[in-house]
Amino acid sequence: MSSTTSDVRPRRPAGRGTTKSPAPRRSWRVRLGGHQPIGMLFVSPYLLYLAAIFVYPLGFAVWMSFHDYFFAAPGVQVDRPFVGLDNYTTVLTDPDVWRSFLNIAVFLVINVPLTTVGSLVLANALNKKLPFRSFFRTAYYIPYITASVAVVGVWLFLFNSDGLVNQALGPLAPSPSWLVNSHLAMPVVAVFVAWKQLGFFVVLYLSALQNVPQELYESAALDGAGRLRIFRSITVPAVRPATLLVLILATITGANLFTEPYLLTSGGGPDGATTSPVLLMYQRGLQQGHPDEAAAIGVILVVLITAVSLGYRRLVERD
Amino acid sequence: MKKAILVMLPVAALTLSACGSGGSDSGASNDAHGPITVWYSNNAQEVAWGKKMVAAWNAAHPKEKVTAQEIPAGKSSEEVIGAAITAGNAPCLILNTAPAAVPGFQKQGGLVPLDDFPDGKKYLQDRVGSRLSQYASPDGKYYQMPWKSNPVMIFYNKELFKKAGLDPEHPKLSNYQDFLATSRKLVAAKAAKAAIWPAPSSEFYQSWFDYYPMFTAQTGKQLVEDGKAQFASPDGIKAAQLWKTMYAEHLAPNETYNGDAFADGKAAMATVGPWAVSVYGDKVKWGAVPVPTSDGAPGKGTFSDEKSIGMYSSCKNRGTAWDVMKFATSKEQDGKLLEATSQMPMRTDLTSAYPQYFASHQDYKVFAQQAEHTIEAPNVPNSVEVWQTFRDAYTKAVIFGKGDLTATLKDAAAKVDKLAQDQ
Repeated sequence: MSSTTSDVRPRRPAGRGTTKSPAPRRSWRVRLGGHQPIGMLFVSPYLLYLAAIFVYPLGFAVWMSFHDYFFAAPGVQVDRPFVGLDNYTTVLTDPDVWRSFLNIAVFLVINVPLTTVGSLVLANALNKKLPFRSFFRTAYYIPYITASVAVVGVWLFLFNSDGLVNQALGPLAPSPSWLVNSHLAMPVVAVFVAWKQLGFFVVLYLSALQNVPQELYESAALDGAGRLRIFRSITVPAVRPATLLVLILATITGANLFTEPYLLTSGGGPDGATTSPVLLMYQRGLQQGHPDEAAAIGVILVVLITAVSLGYRRLVERD
Repeated sequence: MKKAILVMLPVAALTLSACGSGGSDSGASNDAHGPITVWYSNNAQEVAWGKKMVAAWNAAHPKEKVTAQEIPAGKSSEEVIGAAITAGNAPCLILNTAPAAVPGFQKQGGLVPLDDFPDGKKYLQDRVGSRLSQYASPDGKYYQMPWKSNPVMIFYNKELFKKAGLDPEHPKLSNYQDFLATSRKLVAAKAAKAAIWPAPSSEFYQSWFDYYPMFTAQTGKQLVEDGKAQFASPDGIKAAQLWKTMYAEHLAPNETYNGDAFADGKAAMATVGPWAVSVYGDKVKWGAVPVPTSDGAPGKGTFSDEKSIGMYSSCKNRGTAWDVMKFATSKEQDGKLLEATSQMPMRTDLTSAYPQYFASHQDYKVFAQQAEHTIEAPNVPNSVEVWQTFRDAYTKAVIFGKGDLTATLKDAAAKVDKLAQDQ
């Protein structure tokens, strides 16, 4: 059965250089609310939520970043003049800000591939008929739902200089130890976050894997394809939309890194090696009373994350 | 249309947010009397004292009832108070206001100057004496009532000293050379993993518990005086060099300890205030000595770790708030605070005001003597940023031993000068 929609649309006259026929004017009601205006009513609570929780703060942050802004008590008359790009100039000429963005780049380079590959491989394994499959699925999910504060304590116990990891490594243990080593601290944070969030991304991949037609696997097996070949040629392309989602979510959550450097490496240490832009925003905005500069860092972060996410989309969807 | 909505929403948001700033005066009067709210810290001993103090006030002033609660939980008290000021729901009084946070709260318009009360300045002067000038804001006004201090000293574990072959009754800790030699012996003898283990983390306030006590003892100065950073002076660098050596020789670890290293016997010494007497009590066989100076001369001052009482501008009944503030800092209530918490009320006549207490609590007498010479965190613009700038430089050059110590501190001092002069 063919669609009737195309039949009723006015067709463009054939031939070159012909004038376009005027498009039928839709009423303002249709323009505003579509053909089923009641739909707007149904989505309006979410739209309001979105406006209050995301659009307003984002707009406010952009506004703050162009003004000399600080938090003041109600009723206090304060001058908050427009300062153009001053806040952006301040943060972009600050070596600490550049370092925080470099730190987060290091984090993402390690964390995102580790998260994506690790969760896909694990999900693929957990999608097969394994003994204790439910146990494993639950076990991988537990770190994700456990409070970071609690899990960080365990990792401190593992990775401090007298910790289990160094005891196991013996003379091969790094010096300075993991969390106070400028070169190793951020990779440890990246691995920690990947481990902690793996369960969530495994669930995403599991749902994607369960939608892959079984016939594809059977045909490939009949054609003599090995496990690795099947994984590369069927599984990976079939879960590509999920991969895009995992990449974007892992990047967004990674770029918002705060708790781990705050707790695991004692406030962005050693010597600023794990300071993230969001940790810096917290220091500047809430502790030091410069929310305008914090907002400028935040806006730059949003722009960069958006650019990276669009890059992923192009990369993953290019064919 | 979708595009139009998308464009309009941020515009509407920005317009609304722009309208949010400013506003009318609260109209509160310093003579207004009536019910007020008070927050106190969530330290169990202070809560117990606070409840009794409020009950005593309410019994005598039924028409000016005080409703008290612990300060709401947050990452730090300062952030909670800052948010409450912005929201306009701060209580009238907070009995746990950190002096380092006062410049920020004042900039927010969140504090009431106490010298606006007719007897305000005199009350403060009578209470605090010559130390009061450290609590003046750059505009010359007083936005805080100095309340209680925790003058710091070096606690040491007598058993660990004995284990290392050191004399536990006469420890050699008065000058930097002896302090280092004692630390080396403690670690070499494996009496403890660390000689001393202050938190090596980057939070702006951590310097109050490692470098600043040494600095104040050595120099008798605040971190910033007359708009100039003091830590890059020869004496300031000497104190930093001591800590640098401690970290370089692993006498002080550069890793965070999960817990209380002194209580757990992992560190043989700790920089603590009088609160430690009741906390460590019989758990550790401890002794206390003053913070060392480079040549062993008596310290020129000691960091106070003081907390003030602030009156917040959202308060309507400021007359009552001022009366409660005076009631809470009366000789009687200060005595009860001392009994309950062992923290030193910020009054000039401390030992003579409570002779019975100090006669029966000899351990605290030495802290009370130190309390007469306390040095505060400086009351300068951008106070928290000043401390963070110093801490970042200290973390780099001292804790992790990177770069040249003098050059790093001088660079930080140049930045601090600009911040303190609000440039």
